[in-house]
Amino acid sequence: MTIPFLELLTLENIQALGWIVAQVLTITLPLFLAVAYLTFAERKIIGAMQLRIGPNMVGPKGLGQPIADAVKLMFKEIIIPSGASKIPFIIAPVMVMVPALMAWAVIPFDKGLVLADINLGVLYLLAVSSIGIYGVLIAGWASNSKYPFLGAVRSGAQMISYEVSMGLTVMTVILLSGSMNLTAIVEAQQGMWYMVPLFPMFIVFLISILAETNRAPFDLPEGEAELVAGFHAEYSSMPFALFFLGEYANMILMSGITAVLFMGGWLPPISTPLFDAVPGFFWFSLKVAFVLFVFLWARATLPRFRYDQLMRLGWKVFLPFTLLWLIIVAASMHIFGLVGA
Amino acid sequence: MVSANRTTQEVTVGENFTLNFGPQHPAAHGVLRLVLEMEGETITRADPHIGLLHRGTEKLLENRSYIQGLPYFDRLDYVSMMCQEHVWCLATEKLLGVDVPRRAQFIRVMYSELTRLMNHLLWLGTHALDVGAMSVFLYAFKHRETLMDFYEEVSGARMHANYFRPGGVSRDLPEGLLEKIAAFNIEMVAHIDEFEALLTENRIWKQRTVDVGVLTPEDAIEMGCTGPMLRGSGLSWDLRKSQPYEVYDEMDFDVPVGKNGDSYSRYLVRIEEMRQSLRIIEQCIEKMPKGAIKTQNFKVSPPPRNDMKNSMEALIHHFKYFTEGFHVPAGECYAAVEAPKGEMGVYLVSKGGPRPYRVKIRAPGFAHLQGLDRMVRGHMIADVVTVIGTQDIVFGEIDR
Repeated sequence: MTIPFLELLTLENIQALGWIVAQVLTITLPLFLAVAYLTFAERKIIGAMQLRIGPNMVGPKGLGQPIADAVKLMFKEIIIPSGASKIPFIIAPVMVMVPALMAWAVIPFDKGLVLADINLGVLYLLAVSSIGIYGVLIAGWASNSKYPFLGAVRSGAQMISYEVSMGLTVMTVILLSGSMNLTAIVEAQQGMWYMVPLFPMFIVFLISILAETNRAPFDLPEGEAELVAGFHAEYSSMPFALFFLGEYANMILMSGITAVLFMGGWLPPISTPLFDAVPGFFWFSLKVAFVLFVFLWARATLPRFRYDQLMRLGWKVFLPFTLLWLIIVAASMHIFGLVGA
Repeated sequence: MVSANRTTQEVTVGENFTLNFGPQHPAAHGVLRLVLEMEGETITRADPHIGLLHRGTEKLLENRSYIQGLPYFDRLDYVSMMCQEHVWCLATEKLLGVDVPRRAQFIRVMYSELTRLMNHLLWLGTHALDVGAMSVFLYAFKHRETLMDFYEEVSGARMHANYFRPGGVSRDLPEGLLEKIAAFNIEMVAHIDEFEALLTENRIWKQRTVDVGVLTPEDAIEMGCTGPMLRGSGLSWDLRKSQPYEVYDEMDFDVPVGKNGDSYSRYLVRIEEMRQSLRIIEQCIEKMPKGAIKTQNFKVSPPPRNDMKNSMEALIHHFKYFTEGFHVPAGECYAAVEAPKGEMGVYLVSKGGPRPYRVKIRAPGFAHLQGLDRMVRGHMIADVVTVIGTQDIVFGEIDR
């Protein structure tokens, strides 16, 4: 009797597997670096907005700061509270971190530069980005402590609420492009970025991703002034770092999705020979950086919402508005005969 | 056994959730310990615990001379230092019956208003930070730093100045300071507009503060609220107007009064107070007279240094002042100032001699804190933070 699994271990399959692993690494490793330097950028940019200098001691211009932070966190002790459920407590940060990385599989960095060019890319993104909630919920629950518990309850409600309006805004994009494949969506924006015809949806989407990633002004789950640190109050060392990495990877991911869905992905702003010569990856990064800047800008400027106000905004303002806009988009496409082939 | 069983029965699903808010909490403003009983996120009861910063100031004062007692007042409300010194000086002067030279009065009023500005900047920064607006905090602290420099110029200390003295102030203003303060004054007007641009019409800020922590005028009076807490509820009561001390009656300023008694009203009142303080400071600079900065009765103030070399009397005065301290005639008095947080008062009992017999300090924050429960009941946990911020609590004065 043969073992079915072993039959799969042919040289070809191993090679294919190795190729995939290599591809995954080429995405994740730069991503980790990007996350590290996003924290640095955040501290520098917010510092500048607040008339401060920001980190400037470690390495030239403080560039070593993220590395120093990472090393510091790694050498700290992992403290597990005595009342906590150990296994979920340890797994939770991983569950926040991994989906934020997984989602990158379908993001097209440039024409043809995508790990998995699947037809249901948008659906995959929505699905994977929802998984992160479990990590937060489990973290809050497993800590067996009051502040994390409140934080987890808040973030569960918040992320689910805003996923609804986010899903509906994405629907308008799908209507316009007639595809759920991200590459196709970008290519459909050749003439005009979707942020122009769908401008209100673009704004709703921007606000929703702030809520989705638990960033200010929607940083209630970890609202420092209220819940101390929210769901990760009991975490230290690497588990804490994983939450941190997850949050920032999510920020970059959401900015990437915004760039792809609304800002024409890798397409240059105007199609001139000079702009076309620049690699698409550059344009993509530039757009991602812009959205990230908006993230930081909002954090430096706005006060925090209250829990009930956040819910009200999500369900009573965004949901009806996006629904209405979806109907308007669909109707106008029908009237002007723009329905995709 | 029975009690153990009962506790397990009591903790059932749907029961209230008790949360220990502080003393180690980023929004607890020092050492406030608040036991919150909640249903979900809604507060059903808030029980503030005090005493974690109790230092026995009132008792300590009984064993100090009047001059030695002064620095303790810096450390009561440690963000509005000179106003506390002021009240101690006023109480002592009342019993002594000494006159304060006009220049000293102007300096005191000017520094009281600078202190008010300093306190309100700290309040604005921390209040905004608690509500989530990070940048305002840093902007406010930047200007607060300049004010501390002014403190340093007259007293050598940035915070605990120990500058006022019974009978005047400890030393004259250094040269050029008034020009610096005048320049700062002009700048500050624009900076207050900046803060307002970030907050006043900000929708989130309004959502977070309007109708949060409402204090009706009746409640405010009942609980002994003073200062912006009272004025936010629509009652125009300001000791600087109602019973002017020093030269406040010569100053032209308005007392802002709120309308709704919510956090937003108090925010607007305090912002306007900052503007009015700038007006008073400006007038002080304009009218600042020349002359002595402390009373010329050398029984209660140190004599000029030069006189000591050739006057036996001056030498004796100097020795007595700095060893035993001055004697205060027997009597009782109450003196109060409009401190940035409200009415700061001292009830002073003297039986003669160089030390007070008993001192009772009336701290505005103590009265405000008792209103906390009433202000947050039925609100959400995030509002507790807003209310703590709007009460402008500093534990140094509450626990004394």
